[in-house]
Parts: sequence; C-alpha cells; structure tokens
Amino acid sequence: MSNKFKRLTSIRDLKLMADVIREDIIISLREAKSGHSAGPLGMADILTALYFNILKHNPKKPNDKNRDRFILSNGHTCPVLYATMANAGYFKKSELLTLRKLGSRLQGHPHRAALPGIETTSGPLGCGLSQAAGMALVFKREKTKQKVFSIVSDGEQNEGNHWEAVLFAAKEKLSNIIAITDRNYIQIDGNTEDVMPLDSLKKKYLAFNWNVIEINGNNMQQLISTLKKARNNKDKPLMIIAKTLPGKGVSFMEGDYRWHGKPPNKDEAQAALNDLHKKECLERGDWYHLHQKLKPIHKKIKRSKK
Amino acid sequence: MTTKQYDLSKLKGLNKSMYLNFNQENKANRSGYGDALVTLGKRNKNVWVCCADLTDSTKVDKFAKTFPNRFVEMGVAEQNLVTVGAGLAAVGKIPFVSSYAAFCPGRCWEQIRTTICYNNQNVKVIGAHAGVSVGPDGATHQALEEIATMRSLPNMIVIVPSDYTQTKKATAAIAKFKGPAYMRFGRTSTPQFTTKQTPFQIGKANILKQGKDVALIATGALTYEALRAAAILQEQGINAMVIDNPSIKPLDKKTILKAAKKCRHIITIEEAQVTGGLGGAITEFLSETHPTKVTRIGMPDCYGESGDPQELLKHFGFTGESIARKARKLCKK
Repeated sequence: MSNKFKRLTSIRDLKLMADVIREDIIISLREAKSGHSAGPLGMADILTALYFNILKHNPKKPNDKNRDRFILSNGHTCPVLYATMANAGYFKKSELLTLRKLGSRLQGHPHRAALPGIETTSGPLGCGLSQAAGMALVFKREKTKQKVFSIVSDGEQNEGNHWEAVLFAAKEKLSNIIAITDRNYIQIDGNTEDVMPLDSLKKKYLAFNWNVIEINGNNMQQLISTLKKARNNKDKPLMIIAKTLPGKGVSFMEGDYRWHGKPPNKDEAQAALNDLHKKECLERGDWYHLHQKLKPIHKKIKRSKK
Repeated sequence: MTTKQYDLSKLKGLNKSMYLNFNQENKANRSGYGDALVTLGKRNKNVWVCCADLTDSTKVDKFAKTFPNRFVEMGVAEQNLVTVGAGLAAVGKIPFVSSYAAFCPGRCWEQIRTTICYNNQNVKVIGAHAGVSVGPDGATHQALEEIATMRSLPNMIVIVPSDYTQTKKATAAIAKFKGPAYMRFGRTSTPQFTTKQTPFQIGKANILKQGKDVALIATGALTYEALRAAAILQEQGINAMVIDNPSIKPLDKKTILKAAKKCRHIITIEEAQVTGGLGGAITEFLSETHPTKVTRIGMPDCYGESGDPQELLKHFGFTGESIARKARKLCKK
C-alpha cells in the first residue's frame, strides 16, 4: 500500500516534526488539565519516525487491511499518539484540544472504538505485546507482509503478562514483531531500578531468544536507520531498547519522574513552549549519564516529600 | 454412588415442541464443544482455537489435529491466552480461547475486560471444568464465580449449555454471534436430553415442562436435575414448571416473566455462587418488574472441596432430591 500523506525523508524535517508534536503534546495536556507529560515528550521522536517514515499506513483509510499495525501498549502516553496522528492527518489538529473531555474521541487512555486508527484499547499495562503477537501470528501463518510495531514502556515490564508474551513471540518465532521499549528509567513511584530493577534488559531479551538492538531513542538518525533495517528482521522477534529522556525538550521536565503523571499548569506550559521554540532540547549528551546525575536529585525530592 | 432413576418421559406437561429424548447415553458437554469446533473449523476458515496447556481435557485436541495452522498452544499463561486472542480477533479471526474456568476467566478478568470486552473484540472465552462436579481436584479448580464476573462486563454474553447436544449448538451460535462471548461447562459426563430438533437461541430460555406451582429455572447440566426434581414433585402432587436457561446474558426476560406470573415461587438452580449468577440475574430482573419470591440454589458464599462428583453434588444440595425438598417446603408454606 502507498502512504497517502507526505512522508518525511530528511532527518531535519523529521526532527522539526517531532518538536511540533511536542508542542502539541504540551498544548493538549494544558487544555486537558490532567494526563502524562514526561513519557509522551520522550517518545515523540520514536512516534515521528514511525508515522512519518517507517509505517505503511494511510490516515484516510485507517482500516486498510494491508497496513502495518502499531500497538501502543503503554496507553497512558497517548498524548504523543494523538498529536502524531493529528499531524499525520488522521483528524484535525483542533481536536487535540478535546483530550480527556466528555464526549471526546481522545479518551484519557486510547480506545479502539472511539477513534479510527487506534489499533487497540490500552492503559492497563502489560497487554500490548500479547495483542501484537496475536496479530503477528496470523500474518506469519497466512504469509502476509504486514509488520507489527509495538511500543512498551519500561515500567510496564513489571507485569507478568508482558513476559508471557515475550516467551510466546519467541516460541512462534514472530520475526514480524518489531517491539520498542521506551527505556526512560522512570515510573510513577520513581526510578525503575529502585521500584523494580529491570537491567540488564538487553540480556533478558537475549536470554528469551529475541533479537535485541540498543539505540538512543531521541536520535532521529539512529531511529530511522534502525527501524528501516528492522523491517528485514529475521528468525526471532526484535526488541529495540530505545533509551529516551523523559520530558525531552522541556528543560524542567527532562529526567524528572515527578512529571510522569501530571500536566503543566499555565505558566509551566508557557515555559515549556518557550523551551521547545528555543530548541534547547537538542543534543543534551548521553542520556544515561544525565540519568545518573539526576538520581541524587530524585532522592532529595523523595525525602522532602516525606 | 447411584441416584434413583425416574422415567422423565412420563412427566406431565412436557413441552412436545422441545423434542426431548431421555433415552440417550451420558456425554460430557466439553466433548460437544470439541466436536462442534471441528465442524465449525471446516465451515469457517476464520475459526481459530487457543489453549493453555489443556488441549485434551478441554477437548480441543481434534481441532488441533485437523487444523494445526489455526491452533495455538499458549502454555500455562492465561493472561497471554486471552490477550493473544484479542490480537487474533483484531485481524478478523474468531478465536476460541479455552482453559479451565478457574484459570480463564479466573486469572485474567481485567485482560478480558479491557482487551476483549471494552475493545469489543470477537473473542470466545471458554471455561471448562466449572462447578463443584469437577470433583477430586478440589476447590482451587472448581470455578464458581465466573458467571458473575463475566456477566458484569458490558458487551459480553454468557452461555451455560445444558447437555452435549446443546453445547454443540451453543458453540456454533456464539461463533456466529459477533462480539465477546463466555461459555462454561463442567467436567463429567451428564445425561443428554435435548435432540437435534430442540431449539437453541442466544437470549432464549426454553420451557421444557409446563407447571403452575413452582418454576424451576436451571442452567447447565443441572437442568437435568431440575427435571428429576419435577418428577419427584409430581409424585407428591406438586406441578413444577421446568425452564432450561442456557442464556444467562442476554436473559430471556419474556419467558422468566411468564414463569413468575404463572407460578407463585421461583427456584433458580446453578452450579455457581448464588451471588451474581443466574439467580442474581433473575432476582435483579424480577425485583424491578414483577416482585416475586425467588429461592436461589447454588453455592451459598462458600468454596467446594475434594470428593466424588456425585457425592459433591449431593453434599452441596444440587441433586433433584434436594431441589424437590426445597420446592416442596416453599409450596407448603
């Protein structure tokens, strides 16, 4: 199938689109007055790469049989999905202002029946990969070409259901699954490695018989080249561990787990938009070192909360 | 343990249009499910079956052998079982996801809620080995709560077929129905009394025997015990109506209301907790439309235990004798 919208091919254009999507996330969250900030901002580059370059999809025909499937397993990050879909042409951007409001198609967690283009309802964690696996199994057995992309958060990998799906996808050798872990090291109660340690995720997936690639999920160049290659993935399911900076692009949100589940107030939204306009978000350096630097600050915040 | 035989064909007021036949061998409902799946699989290439390491005992082995490309072995992982099922349905398949009812839907209620029911995916959840008649495995394996938990989910329908032949029909009917469905049955072989001609429809209860003193409304294999109770009551001069009620949701309100208007007492009979199951559905409905005294026979807020299936049914008051005793007491009041 052909994509019926302007596919962005230059890294510069893709980066600009990611920042537009970040602005839309801030605006829709400010309007909604509730919702998650950090995750969506951190994932904006991945979603941009998928919807504007990698995925075979058609915003005007969201039910096209031959489309690739994209499953957002960590449904709470849906502001980034909505902002991306709106920019890709699934619906008018003005609808982003209805996020989380009564009667809106943009439910607080994405709902399949509410909005064409949403492949599945998600929110309760750990179920996305299973559904992706179900779809991928049919495509594999019926020898059709669609790929199934799924983003899972790191925190949601505390869920047993997720690991059942990991076992299953490996057993069925679902090489048409391209899963992406949004590895941002935060969850609601704090740092993922404090709440329920996951590292080394890479070793875990290798042990579970998956192919694994680690990348910087905020580096558009890396994202595009990795995801392009991923289309030719063979023999085993593929997990791309994409290290992202939560709150990416907004200086006072970056790396701060307290922004996991809250929206910006009026002043914060203005400050966030100023940040994004200034493009201060680019090239912050290695995410992991930043994360380590922030760790003592997290602890301080935790103590002061008590 | 043997139970007293009654010639049920001599029941007065048997509904001829039900084409009942009491001279059939006992068979397990789960075999009806397994046999129906093979027929369905031939007719409809979109029918898939997923099973969580219980292929033989949920009787999906024949389907697995006949259609290996549409059978999925999930291992002991019921959460993944139903969510993979949701994924299959999302690309147009009609997956039957089978396990013991204690584990599925027992273990994966939220996944069924979100990914199947709220998502409105065409998944058929099959709970085998439900009820105390599972027997020696004991309470952990005797699912008693899932009628209630499944019934409370919007979009979900709940079907509990009464015998082998009806299970075959129910399997075909839920495959045809577009949307989430839950079907449950027990482990043991139970009497067959319906035939090919007996009507079956989702949302329809069948009056098997007319009566006026008390209405026995049963679901699942216990419907046969309700018929036995009616035979006992007949000897005692009590004319019981017997209703076979496989469709717990949607409920056949018309037939239930008819029974409530005709009989002074209603007894509901199910091998499940009395809270929220068939008894729950009928009391909810009648209390709003035609307040009627309803006695619920089921598990009275307790768990089962190990034992021989027949012994357990007797112990927990599910036999025709026990049902008849309760009915007689009510009618004497």
